[in-house]
Amino acid sequence: MGTVDLYRTVRLIRRFEERAISFVRSGEIVGGIHPYVGQEAIAAGVCAALRPDDVITSTHRGHGHVLAKGANPARMLAELMGRESGLNKGRGGSMHAADFGLGILGANAIVGAAGSIATGAAWAYQRQGKDIVAVSFFGDGAMNEGMLLEAFNLAALWRVPVVFVCENNGYATTMPVESAVAGSITGRARAFGMPAFTIDGQDPEKVLAATTAAVGRARSGRGPTFLECTTYRFDAHHTFEHRARLNYRSTEELSTGRSRDPVEIQGARLAAEQRAAVDAEIEALLDAAAGIAMGSAHPDPAAALEFLYASAEVMR
Amino acid sequence: MPKLSYLKALNRALGDELASDESVFVLGEDVRVAASNLTAGLFDRFGPERVLDTPLSEQAFTNFATGAALAGLRPVIEFQIPSLLFLVFEQIANQAHKFSLMTGGQCQVPVTYVVPGSGSRTGWAGQHSDHPYSLFAHVGVKTVVPSCPADAYGLLLSAIRDNDPVVVFAPAGALGIRDDVEYADLKAVPLGVGQVVREGSDVTVVALGHLVQEALAVADELPGQVEVFDPRTVYPLDVDGLAASVAKTRRLVVIDDSNRTSGFAAEVLAVAAERFDLVVPPRRVTRPDGAVLPFALALDRAVQPGRDHLVAAIHAVLKGDQ
Repeated sequence: MGTVDLYRTVRLIRRFEERAISFVRSGEIVGGIHPYVGQEAIAAGVCAALRPDDVITSTHRGHGHVLAKGANPARMLAELMGRESGLNKGRGGSMHAADFGLGILGANAIVGAAGSIATGAAWAYQRQGKDIVAVSFFGDGAMNEGMLLEAFNLAALWRVPVVFVCENNGYATTMPVESAVAGSITGRARAFGMPAFTIDGQDPEKVLAATTAAVGRARSGRGPTFLECTTYRFDAHHTFEHRARLNYRSTEELSTGRSRDPVEIQGARLAAEQRAAVDAEIEALLDAAAGIAMGSAHPDPAAALEFLYASAEVMR
Repeated sequence: MPKLSYLKALNRALGDELASDESVFVLGEDVRVAASNLTAGLFDRFGPERVLDTPLSEQAFTNFATGAALAGLRPVIEFQIPSLLFLVFEQIANQAHKFSLMTGGQCQVPVTYVVPGSGSRTGWAGQHSDHPYSLFAHVGVKTVVPSCPADAYGLLLSAIRDNDPVVVFAPAGALGIRDDVEYADLKAVPLGVGQVVREGSDVTVVALGHLVQEALAVADELPGQVEVFDPRTVYPLDVDGLAASVAKTRRLVVIDDSNRTSGFAAEVLAVAAERFDLVVPPRRVTRPDGAVLPFALALDRAVQPGRDHLVAAIHAVLKGDQ
């Protein structure tokens, strides 16, 4: 994937998130969102290294991953608005967005839960003779969840074709990583016998290069790789934070953190007119997406428990 | 006619499904050597990719099964101890169970969770003796407690073939039950369909799993009076089948080897209050509220619902005592 495509993805995610935040403020999106602003290079770089049939699991901060894997922005926005035309027909919302046709096995609202789901899926595809790779995204907070560490053990032990992508944005909600993680993040991964690298998570091309190597390793049967992508969350943990006025980051820190903006880093690699053309293309795409989402029907309350069971028989 | 044990019936169902469906595989702790005998002989027949020994990592391998199910396989997890289900309640109730609705029906999670040895195992004490089926019924996970070898076979078959998560509790007290069974007659038993295992005219006793044997023993002492209804599936509950039985007897006693508050028996009594026309208030025989099974055998037995408690409850409703 080229320079322009990576820029298109980070720009799409950024503007999608900015619009989503404004839709939270205007009440079109209820429940709020966990903004991905500042972390776009990771989703863009990782997903650019994947084939369409590769699969991902995502987090409660998952919009970027889902969009980078190819989800339709209109259906994604409709999902956040709880509309019938949403990716999950309005049944999942921000923290559960999924598109199985695109290999998106779902954003997951329980920190660290999806690492083992991705491992199981990757193992199952391998057993079925398919050379599909799974990527599991999670944050630095997940590194203290036992079930994720258990998943590392299974994946390394059984040489499962999975890539673990830790987005270290410095905070688990408000807990600084240095107050939460004893030892080092990559040290924990290496203890399970996995190669583990720390990469610049603000640069889409560096993320792409590292992920390409990890995916190649997985696809050739050499097992999992762990990538710690250092990044910074420019916005709140969740949109409620603006009301709660949580005070855990200094103005200086925010300013330093925001100075390495993935959209600017990748944008600087394009000619000005090329960049402007992509920006205009994204705005038109998101204008249309917003129109489609806002115009979509709300689900029928009578169907509130539709899809509760997959099997055909009627449950009383 | 050959004798088939309950445990062997589970083993046979698992073997038959592994043989007939490539997508089925079993995973769990010590399944290769078949520590519980559930998987006896299966490793040699099907090999390491179909019978997968896991490290002691319950939370990870339970979600691993969900991932494998999302990728098209049909995992069967064996949990050697019922309380391990407390450890993986999140992975079953909050992940596997919720995927279908949360994704708007994009996927299914056909995982079966089998506990061969739920409830008291006689002397295994506080942390190995729970029988937590009511928890799963409460969150809406399909929950099955077979009572006899033919049902153990047929319900496990249906659980594996079901496209949703299903928990199968095989009570420790039932594993040794042996019945005369023609192997050719073994077949799938649908989930959610109970069975009258003994007809009677005066009182319906609802019993699950190994307690069906207790109920039958009591029925033998009161010939013709006690109808024993085995719901087989805790959730979904066969309310229609139960209603038909109670319509005849108009008296109800439930025996339930789980704690009293918010338990299975409480649910049956609530259904009865809403829907049935009883001539006397129903009774329930359960473990006490919040019970932890003590170790000493006399104490273990004192906490479990037993035959004497059941007899007393039946006599109470037959006499109309409150």
